[in-house]
Amino acid sequence: MPVTAPLDTDGFVVSATFLGDVAAFASGEGSVFFAGGPETQTPVHKNGLLCATPSLDGKSLITGGGDGKICKVSADGSVEELAEQPRKWIDIIAAGPQDSVAFASGRTAWVRLKTGEIKEFQLPRAFAGLAFAPKGMRLAASRYDGVTLFWVNAAGDPQELSWKGAHGHVTYSPDGKYLVTTMQENALHGWRLADSQDMRMTGYPAKVKSVSWSAKGKYLATSGAQAAILWPFMGKSGPMGQAPLELGVRGDSMVTTVCCHPQEEMLAIGYQDGMVMAVRFSDNARFCCVVRVQALFLRLRGIRRAIVWRLVLKKVLLE
Amino acid sequence: MSEAADSRIPVTVLTGYLGAGKTTLLNRILSENHGTRYAVIVNEFGEIGIDNDLLVESDEEVYEMNNGCICCTVRGDLIRTVENLMKRKGAFDAIIVETTGVADPAPVAQTFFMDDDVREAAKLDAVVAVVDARHVQQRLKDTKEAEDQIAFSDVILLNKTDLVSAEELTGVEAAIRKINPYAKIHHTERCQIEIGDVLDRGAFELDRILDLDPEFLKKAEHAHDHECGPDCDHDHHHHGHDHGHAHDHDHPDHECGPDCDHDHEDTHSVKSFSFTAGDLEPKVFFDWINQVTQIQGPNILRMKGILAFKDDPQRYVVQGIHMIVEGNHQRDWKNGEKRESRIVFIGRELDGAALKIAFEACVAE
Repeated sequence: MPVTAPLDTDGFVVSATFLGDVAAFASGEGSVFFAGGPETQTPVHKNGLLCATPSLDGKSLITGGGDGKICKVSADGSVEELAEQPRKWIDIIAAGPQDSVAFASGRTAWVRLKTGEIKEFQLPRAFAGLAFAPKGMRLAASRYDGVTLFWVNAAGDPQELSWKGAHGHVTYSPDGKYLVTTMQENALHGWRLADSQDMRMTGYPAKVKSVSWSAKGKYLATSGAQAAILWPFMGKSGPMGQAPLELGVRGDSMVTTVCCHPQEEMLAIGYQDGMVMAVRFSDNARFCCVVRVQALFLRLRGIRRAIVWRLVLKKVLLE
Repeated sequence: MSEAADSRIPVTVLTGYLGAGKTTLLNRILSENHGTRYAVIVNEFGEIGIDNDLLVESDEEVYEMNNGCICCTVRGDLIRTVENLMKRKGAFDAIIVETTGVADPAPVAQTFFMDDDVREAAKLDAVVAVVDARHVQQRLKDTKEAEDQIAFSDVILLNKTDLVSAEELTGVEAAIRKINPYAKIHHTERCQIEIGDVLDRGAFELDRILDLDPEFLKKAEHAHDHECGPDCDHDHHHHGHDHGHAHDHDHPDHECGPDCDHDHEDTHSVKSFSFTAGDLEPKVFFDWINQVTQIQGPNILRMKGILAFKDDPQRYVVQGIHMIVEGNHQRDWKNGEKRESRIVFIGRELDGAALKIAFEACVAE
């Protein structure tokens, strides 16, 4: 049996990530909490922590806050301030290649390069999500009515991908061939970048708030239903004309968070009622019902307790 | 769900034209010693400072929903901001949204009904309009927004009353009443008002829909008929509608809005209609209300109803904004309470006569 280690935080858990072997929990009140490392807590933002994402090397957590700051937090508890946009709420963040970081507030996004140089990008409507392409310094920005693709270092007009409606998060497939957004409606939208072919992924009873690419980008796992919905992306036309996998079906609770295993064809599923489950793709085997927590990360509820569930999961998967 | 309903954060929306006094009201609320901590969402940091710990700037971004309905609009920035605020839940007790002078209040309100996450986290308490007594008449002539803001409001502060004469004030109030007979109007100077008159109104809570008499009639029940004056007495007695009778407690079927409005030149396109009937056939009513809000949704700004359904011991309450309609059983009809169905619409280019016929067609055999 896996052992679970409860961790009390002072606020809502915005994100849970591993920095090496140390689990890091970004708390909405402004701190990052650690489990399994030398530090237990480090204050980062004064006016609330709004977003966090691991750097590409996995060694640090990049955070944005209501104080307009963008910080780099390491597992040893050290905090480096990368940039500041006074009086802005930084609520969108993406980590890019070569230690670059993109962040946005309202209708402006910035990319901070490793050198400390900051580039600014504007849209006529608010930025809703940011994602770096897996190769090259290319930044995708989701927005109302579509996605804009900026070249970070090169001159040239941004490329526009249009699809009517409000787009939320945006993500590149690991091979860089597809771009997928979550939408205000209960749906995903995708584009095959080679020819801008549209792909609609619908049928969800709730808004999709969590997406995760499986190992080698074979599937895109998503929340928003009473099962994790995994769209196949290994064919030439992505998920078009193919039925998605449904994993971890439960009749009594919605999936709110998904996280694919980095190497194995396995998925961790978090449910609205606090259950966390690990499921294998091939046979839908439910490896374990890991633990019930009071409420899962990223739910819009006032929770003050997080559980080191990915730590648990990792342990289970290794055994 | 009931657990979620209890913990939802109340949201007050402040509307009103530039210079009417929104920021003054906001600062009054914030400076009051009430122990409530507010998160304040403003469109831009204005010239007048707002003294509050949790102050968020948010660009008004109206989104159309992808459902083919042109009036199903929400404020995308509010969805984001509320979601962000919920990461700091515990740091505040209530939210106040200050809109720009030209903002359409409908998308703001609809955000709290159409987005599941927002709806789960926050509940719209009331739309409060601050109206400049001296300039509002001109604004009403010039703009659609001023009219929408008044039509949409639950509470109206008729502000800067010290800058107009008594007659002017009477005329202004009458103009407001014609657009919205149901809002609570408060006369204020420099937005001096009891905070309780603005906050915790529960204007969108089905449970708290008590009655649907126009506000001025309720007032008239306590005072006397001169109170009716601002709304109907000034220059068109000849319409012969039955305000006078309204003072008995029988709640006659007054349609003073349309009656008052028809016969004299009028720059306002927003009107209110109120209809009463006996017990209704639920299926017929629901079919009709769904249809009417589907077809005329863009023109319906607000709708509220207290309904008696055939063979149903409970009051059924409904309310709507454009195409959004929600309803529920509220409580048993009390002994001595008159079982009747009443529905009010505030809207633009509504055909009152057709609505009346259709509503009355819902009456149970």
